[in-house]
Amino acid sequence: MPNKNDSVKENKVVLENVNLSYSDGTESLKNVSMPFVANSTNVVFGPAGSGKSSLLRLFNRLNDLADVTLLEGQVLLDGENILDPNTDVIALRRKVGMVFARPVVLPMSIRKNLTYGLELAGEKNKTVLNESVERSLNQAALWDEVKDRLDDPAIALSGGQQQRLCLARSLANEPEIVLLDEPTSGLDPISTNKIEESLQILKKDYTIILVPHSVHQAARTADYSAFFLQGKLIEYSAGKTIYTNPQDERTRDYVEGRFG
Amino acid sequence: MNKKSTLSWKEYVITRLIKASGYSAIIFVGMILYFLLSQGLPALQEVPLSSLIADRWYPIEDYYGILPLLGGSLVVTIGATLIAVPFGLASAIYIAEIAPRWAREILKPIVEILGGLPSVVLGFLGIMVLSPTLQVWLDLPTGLSAFTGSLLLGGIAIPTIVSVAEDALDAVPRSYREAALALGATHWQTIWTVTLPAARSGVLTAIMLGIARAIGETMTVMMVTGNAPVMPNGPGALFAPVRTMTATIAAEMGEVASGSTHYHVLFFIGIVLFLISLAVNVTASAVIFRQVKRTEKLLS
Ligand SMILES: Nc1ncnc2c1ncn2[C@@H]1O[C@H](COP(=O)(O)OP(=O)(O)OP(=O)(O)O)[C@@H](O)[C@H]1O
Ligand SMILES: [Mg+2]
Repeated sequence: MPNKNDSVKENKVVLENVNLSYSDGTESLKNVSMPFVANSTNVVFGPAGSGKSSLLRLFNRLNDLADVTLLEGQVLLDGENILDPNTDVIALRRKVGMVFARPVVLPMSIRKNLTYGLELAGEKNKTVLNESVERSLNQAALWDEVKDRLDDPAIALSGGQQQRLCLARSLANEPEIVLLDEPTSGLDPISTNKIEESLQILKKDYTIILVPHSVHQAARTADYSAFFLQGKLIEYSAGKTIYTNPQDERTRDYVEGRFG
Repeated sequence: MNKKSTLSWKEYVITRLIKASGYSAIIFVGMILYFLLSQGLPALQEVPLSSLIADRWYPIEDYYGILPLLGGSLVVTIGATLIAVPFGLASAIYIAEIAPRWAREILKPIVEILGGLPSVVLGFLGIMVLSPTLQVWLDLPTGLSAFTGSLLLGGIAIPTIVSVAEDALDAVPRSYREAALALGATHWQTIWTVTLPAARSGVLTAIMLGIARAIGETMTVMMVTGNAPVMPNGPGALFAPVRTMTATIAAEMGEVASGSTHYHVLFFIGIVLFLISLAVNVTASAVIFRQVKRTEKLLS
């Protein structure tokens, strides 16, 4: 039963026995069951090829585009299985924003990048759109840097700014969940810091699901952590104990930098 | 030391060779242009400009008005463009963005093969199949008309447009599409608002190459447009016989006395054609170049 108590947070998403294989035979997720907690930073980490991206792309059904041959189990978002073929994928993707490893700014102005999602959804009111631009840029700590050149092409921004623009763009849709797949892997420490700070504030209102680009980042940001290895969930824990005192041998090896 | 000098010796030869072939291309084009001008410009002395820019082409009685030929070329080319651009782009979008993989693997080679069909073959199909069919369907006095020519030229330009535009669409990074989809765009919205704009310069190149192919095409139009040098006037002209500049040159060059006025006027038409192609190409590269420069500025 979801507990509405302030101290105990709800599970926003629950995975139940999820299996996922690609057409080339790779089993990317093997019988994964785990919760993702609302208003928290849920970290999913592990070595390359452990299935983190495949996992993240379940939440907005972006795996639909890939050659997935087997997809079993349930992904319950607020109790509803979003893997159900009758799910309204477009509505789902508005509810679940995503930031990719490399910033992908669309070939249009900064403002257009930000209003893109809302305009697709049919929003025409200029005031609403402008407010959304300012709000989302503030949330991504980018407003001060770009407020005077909103109509410049977005590719003119630096890499770090572009990535924050991508974060702002997914926030402009007012999602409930924000997926971040190694969002700072190409960024310098200062830009990385800015994004991490934004996430700290954002988690008050959103469910954050983050694939960090390093164990350090995982330890810095995590409220809940899941360690993956070759498609399997090895260890899950609340708080930061997984980094200081991991229970599984394999987690310990990875956290202490012995492999991966 | 020794090794280094052989290396630079080889490099010297290779650089020279590349330079030589580069310059020879320019020289050949320059010579063609010189020949064209030297044979065509005398027409301006032999025939007053006012008679050249007139609407009667009847060389046997010394009427050298090239307007009907210009008009014929324009009607046929514009018609072909109107047919080829929408169909070509739609096919390119279908192949690059919508078709399942197996269909793409069948369609792509088919398009390339169609692009290589000799235009005489198409002209023959036009005469034997298309033009009689159109004559019956549209109830025309003759099936050999500007419309038939436009249809066929459009058909010739379509593979060029599809092939180049499809490559351009294909080159758009998958991450763009995923970013748009992740924001809640439908498949169609993604194509229209992200993929096509991102491939814009390649798509424009495709259209320009298609049009260029249509303008320069000779055989097909000569075979199916009816070859009547009549001034096209009004929309009805689309269904009447016309004659294009290229067809005129091809049909009459063999029969004129070298150095005669008629001969010079035919070359003069060649100059006009050359200027038109030049204008199309310059416009196209200006459009594309401007975009490249803009992105370059942004990235620096
Ligand atoms: N579209 C695809 N088609 C086939 N196999 C895929 C596809 N995407 C991923 N895989 C395979 O699935 C496995 C898990 O990949 P995934 O991208 O989920 O790993 P990851 O944990 O995100 O790795 P990384 O840290 O390198 O991003 C890998 O073995 C990969 O080769
Ligand atoms: Mg990944």
